[in-house]
Amino acid sequence: MRAALKESGLASLVMLALMALMVGVRIADVPGGLEIQWRYADVIAALVSVFFGRLGLILMREGRPMSMAVVGGVVSVVLLVLLVIAPISDAEPHWARAALPFSGYVVNVLLLIVLAALSLRAVAIMRRGPISAPSQASESVMDRISASVQEYSRYIVPFLLAAAILFPFTPLADRQMVDIAILVVTYVMLGWGLNIVVGLAGLLDLGYVAFYAVGAYAYALLATEMGLGFWLCLPFAGMMAALAGVILGFPVLRLRGDYLAIVTLGFGEMIRIILLNWYEVTNGPDGISGIPRPTFFGLPFVRSPAEGVESFHSFFGMTYAPIDRIIFLYYVILVMALITNQFTLRIRKLPVGRAWEALREDETASQSLGINPRNTKLTAFGIGAMFGGFAGSFFATRQGFISPESFTFIESAVILAIVVLGGMGSQIGVVLAAILLIGLPEIFRELQEFRMLAFGAAMVLIMIWRPRGLLAFRAPTIRLFGNGTGKR
Amino acid sequence: MMLEVTGVETFYGNIQALRGVDVAIQQGEIVTLIGANGAGKSTLLMTICGDPRAARGRISFEGRDITRLPTYEIVRLGIAQSPEGRRIFPRMTVLENLQIGSTVASEDHFDEGVARVFKLFPLLQERRNQRGGTLSGGEQQMLAIARALMSRPRLLLLDEPSLGLAPRLVSQIFDVIKEINESEGVTIFLVEQNAYHALRLAHRAYVMANGNILMSGTGQELLNNDEIRAAYLEGGARKTDVGQAGDA
Ligand SMILES: Nc1ncnc2c1ncn2[C@@H]1O[C@H](COP(=O)(O)OP(=O)(O)OP(=O)(O)O)[C@@H](O)[C@H]1O
Ligand SMILES: [Mg+2]
Repeated sequence: MRAALKESGLASLVMLALMALMVGVRIADVPGGLEIQWRYADVIAALVSVFFGRLGLILMREGRPMSMAVVGGVVSVVLLVLLVIAPISDAEPHWARAALPFSGYVVNVLLLIVLAALSLRAVAIMRRGPISAPSQASESVMDRISASVQEYSRYIVPFLLAAAILFPFTPLADRQMVDIAILVVTYVMLGWGLNIVVGLAGLLDLGYVAFYAVGAYAYALLATEMGLGFWLCLPFAGMMAALAGVILGFPVLRLRGDYLAIVTLGFGEMIRIILLNWYEVTNGPDGISGIPRPTFFGLPFVRSPAEGVESFHSFFGMTYAPIDRIIFLYYVILVMALITNQFTLRIRKLPVGRAWEALREDETASQSLGINPRNTKLTAFGIGAMFGGFAGSFFATRQGFISPESFTFIESAVILAIVVLGGMGSQIGVVLAAILLIGLPEIFRELQEFRMLAFGAAMVLIMIWRPRGLLAFRAPTIRLFGNGTGKR
Repeated sequence: MMLEVTGVETFYGNIQALRGVDVAIQQGEIVTLIGANGAGKSTLLMTICGDPRAARGRISFEGRDITRLPTYEIVRLGIAQSPEGRRIFPRMTVLENLQIGSTVASEDHFDEGVARVFKLFPLLQERRNQRGGTLSGGEQQMLAIARALMSRPRLLLLDEPSLGLAPRLVSQIFDVIKEINESEGVTIFLVEQNAYHALRLAHRAYVMANGNILMSGTGQELLNNDEIRAAYLEGGARKTDVGQAGDA
């Protein structure tokens, strides 16, 4: 017991050292400038949570889940009640709000989720006894779900596809919703692109945003400096990104696992810093503005086009509506994402795709079967980067303005989170995760500033319960054998 | 000579695993390598495939120096290995494992190759859509050999193919090895703990200890050698113990 107490104390001390400033100090905007506010209560609440959480976990591990189940359960219920009563915004004082341990509403929700999950698990251990592996049951349930998702994907996929295509014509689709949908689909595409590198080839790439940035800048520079159109620049931007992927990949792909992750992280930052400092070309932190919008086969989406140019609405005899352009952008990214998806599905069945998966499973064995690991990884890196570049050009044309600020490490982390959370290599999983991680926070604005935190929590939970991702199911690329139907 | 290993030394960091090994294998032979645990048998097979690389010495295959070639190039020349621990791809199905095995072979012969290994291992045909990781140990062993055969090698390196198999399966595997050698003309370099069976099968054999070759001769010579009998065949000549030797 003493050892357990000591360990819990140590855990809270570590937490204090790491987090005290982040949690305890808040720089607030007050009339007349900035002001530092101290949030002692939050720090104390965090300390208490970590201490008792750790203690409970240790007891659980030692086969005494009782206290965790009871205390955790009671506190969860109290928290839940308080959360229901308390108003979400802290504009006016409210007793329930004051009784919550943390000042941020969402942090309390997270605490509730973690606590409830832990106590449920404690209860499960009590009922089944400590010996049986606690993750076994939930694992098999989720496995069954993902297997059946795979089985019914014949029906789910056309449904999702139809929903995606018809979406702009539903009453739901006001300007804000279409904008969110564009964002989600962009991340779906990025997820599918990174999935080639991480999911198929098994290369942990923490700097994927670099290729997104290369694509965006390649298009932005070509368009503003040379006046070339979006469609003309798109392949070129993709090529530039692929080239960047190969150049960056060349020296680092001998590294494995964690080392590769660290180096790619560094490269991602390097690209951003180059963009920031190469003032003559990239315009530094000011970014590039006035990036031209894509046209519909040469027809621009403007109310009053320039002399001698016909615009989209007048060509089709419609009245001008600003949302037309947004809907058009939505379809552009949807088509680009679907191409990425189809490409991935097909290449899996080709020798190079198979080689990627073999390398992921066992590099030594793959080599001794004649797979050239360097070239195979380079193609994965290059192709993944190419799709990142396509998405980047789209981003540039949609925003009309880009700056290095859009390409920070958090973007790489978000994309990677989508891939990992979705279940590495699972295409539908990526869609699901993108909706969860991008769509929901956009819709529930309050979560926005806690995105990192929510991520962290989601990732930790996933690692505990679904170490292989939500929908980890690998479909075989070859089934039948004999009359050539299933061959290759 | 099909394969010539001369004076090869291999290191794992500071640990020297091979201390100047000489081995020569002729076209069409079955050559067995026996030795105690940790003698360096697996290291020799891996070194032939270039991973780890020989620090000193020379390895040539069909007259060509392959000492410095990368692994995947060596495989292209016609050497395949069923490695220690099988190392099949667990999340891939049997057929997919075979597909990877045929990486260096021409695409057109895939069906033919699959039919050929399914004839050698009918059990694999039944399991063709099952994931490698869910196969039983014996089935995985068969898959590892079948996968190596998919590249149509002229020299097949087998590292303890009978490890962990039931006695009946052990003799089955040895029958298959013999068949591969006799009817398809594949040269075989076999590492085995199951010395009795392996020596009976082999045309020639080497004995290894502490990273050195101690002795060599025909399979029959070694079987009759008292030292070898004492060290590696303790009672192994009696049929009933054959399975146990394999499990050791
Ligand atoms: N990756 C490695 N790193 C360090 N040392 C190694 C490594 N692989 C093998 N060794 C060492 O090299 C020596 C030879 O190992 P090897 O695997 O070749 O033995 P072996 O003859 O195949 O034995 P066994 O019959 O048990 O399979 C051993 O002492 C082993 O500890
Ligand atoms: Mg060995």
